[in-house]
Amino acid sequence: MGDLRINISGLEFKNPVTTASGTFGNGEEFDDFFDLNLLGGMFVKGMTLEPREGNDYPRMAETASGMLNAVGLQNKGVDHFIDNIYPRIKHLDTHIIPNINGSTVEDYIEVAEKLNEIDSIPALELNISCPNVKAGGMLFGTSCPSAIAVTKAVREVYNKMLIVKLSPNVTDITEIAKGVEGAGADSVSLINTLLGIAVDAEKRKSVLSTVTGGLSGPAIKPVALRMVWQVYNAVKIPIFGIGGIMNATDAIEFMLAGASAIQVGTANFIDPQVSVKIINGIEDYLERHHFNSANELIGAMEG
Amino acid sequence: MAKIIKDHEVIEVRFPVSDSYIISLRSPVEIPAVLPGNFAEIQIENSSDVFLRRPFSILDVDYENRIISFLIKIIGKGTKKLGEIRRGDKVSLIYPLGNSFSLPEPGKRVLIVGGGSGIAPFVQLGRILKVNSNDVTFLIGGKSKKDILLTALFSEFGEVLSTTEDGSMGEKGFVTDHSVFKSENLPFDRIYSCGPDAMMKAVGRISKQNEIDCEVSLENMMACGFGACLCCITETVEGNKRVCKEGPVFNINYLKWEI
Repeated sequence: MGDLRINISGLEFKNPVTTASGTFGNGEEFDDFFDLNLLGGMFVKGMTLEPREGNDYPRMAETASGMLNAVGLQNKGVDHFIDNIYPRIKHLDTHIIPNINGSTVEDYIEVAEKLNEIDSIPALELNISCPNVKAGGMLFGTSCPSAIAVTKAVREVYNKMLIVKLSPNVTDITEIAKGVEGAGADSVSLINTLLGIAVDAEKRKSVLSTVTGGLSGPAIKPVALRMVWQVYNAVKIPIFGIGGIMNATDAIEFMLAGASAIQVGTANFIDPQVSVKIINGIEDYLERHHFNSANELIGAMEG
Repeated sequence: MAKIIKDHEVIEVRFPVSDSYIISLRSPVEIPAVLPGNFAEIQIENSSDVFLRRPFSILDVDYENRIISFLIKIIGKGTKKLGEIRRGDKVSLIYPLGNSFSLPEPGKRVLIVGGGSGIAPFVQLGRILKVNSNDVTFLIGGKSKKDILLTALFSEFGEVLSTTEDGSMGEKGFVTDHSVFKSENLPFDRIYSCGPDAMMKAVGRISKQNEIDCEVSLENMMACGFGACLCCITETVEGNKRVCKEGPVFNINYLKWEI
């Protein structure tokens, strides 16, 4: 049986399958469907310093092989997470990784400082790529100097594993990846959603209350794969591959393109048990192709 | 309440009228307790433009034979595609999801107002209210006679009234035009409503004016249906809440409706 363990910047994951922030709540919503301890890790719902209500309804539009969302980081704030949510899920035998957001660099610093105090949280994901907020979010992740500035600032106050989540809405994602690597990121996760809009022809109106939203699902997979491959060839830090992964084959494709681990996102909405199926499918693949370890898949695609 | 995710076998797809169908499915396992107002997420496969599951109110459950049924009106590509399914096909269902209608004390008088496929949750509700000795009146509204469904079933649990916009059945007009609302003191302790937003708001307005407790079941668009995506929110006095988790049933006083 192949070894599914993956080591990312010194942190061991029991397998390369994690769940993407914003698609998995705080894990509890999936408790009815499978044993969360099976997961390599869980990137919990994005949090900010202060509670946020998010954007107005409608926040979602189904599209061909995907969906647009404009949730806008609805959350009860980092203190609520630490005091109320985390105590309910900390018993889980999987890495719980908060996804943090802010309107200003100071916001990010304050949230990271609070999370740094919690010993059993081994890493955090710095979200500089949320397309659905008016301030901060993607604005940090679409310019090299600001991506570097926020990564550096958080690096100074956070001494565990720092993963920076990158936006695909840029001309050259490798420039941003190299920038945050230089600023002290231990890993990058990509891609966040692609900026898009949906139009209701009958009503001659935009579907989303915000007009623009973030596209996810299999529709974006080829773009995500391309970006993972480009970043893999540009930086030395490990990559979490994200973007339209619906099954084990998709997950393996991301690893072959250069991802050390993957995040399952939108697929959770359709099949809440999909992550377990992906873990089992990777194990099966290793056996069929006579690999000893999932590590052998990383970047193994031939050009 | 344990939720199940299972492939169900299609037993029957029946079209009482051309634009609505009743689909019955058999569960491979014992069906968990389903409360009136609960819904299921149904997966419609093999279609790239129907990517997400669709939420539907549960019409009825036959626990003994493990059969669950839905009343579905064709309103878009998902509901059209699902109607093309045949006996013997397998469909993945997740349920029971969401909260349920709260029940009044025995003996209290209840008005149930439904429109379109919004009448689906009222079969189970009507049955329980009858068992609880509540005096139930159903008021079903539609464009025309063909839109007034399930009346024979509802009449087992209480009086059935109707309105149609073209006057082909019951009183002419919208549900809120019905003479049942004309009396000085409405003889109801509780009103339930499910259907188009405008209808529920109009019913909510009358309930508020008459200080009658009123619960509505919302039908917001959902991506997941079990609380993860935060797409289906509605504004409440306590901020944005998930229609799929904290709802779909809400007391109108809890909603931030301008009525």
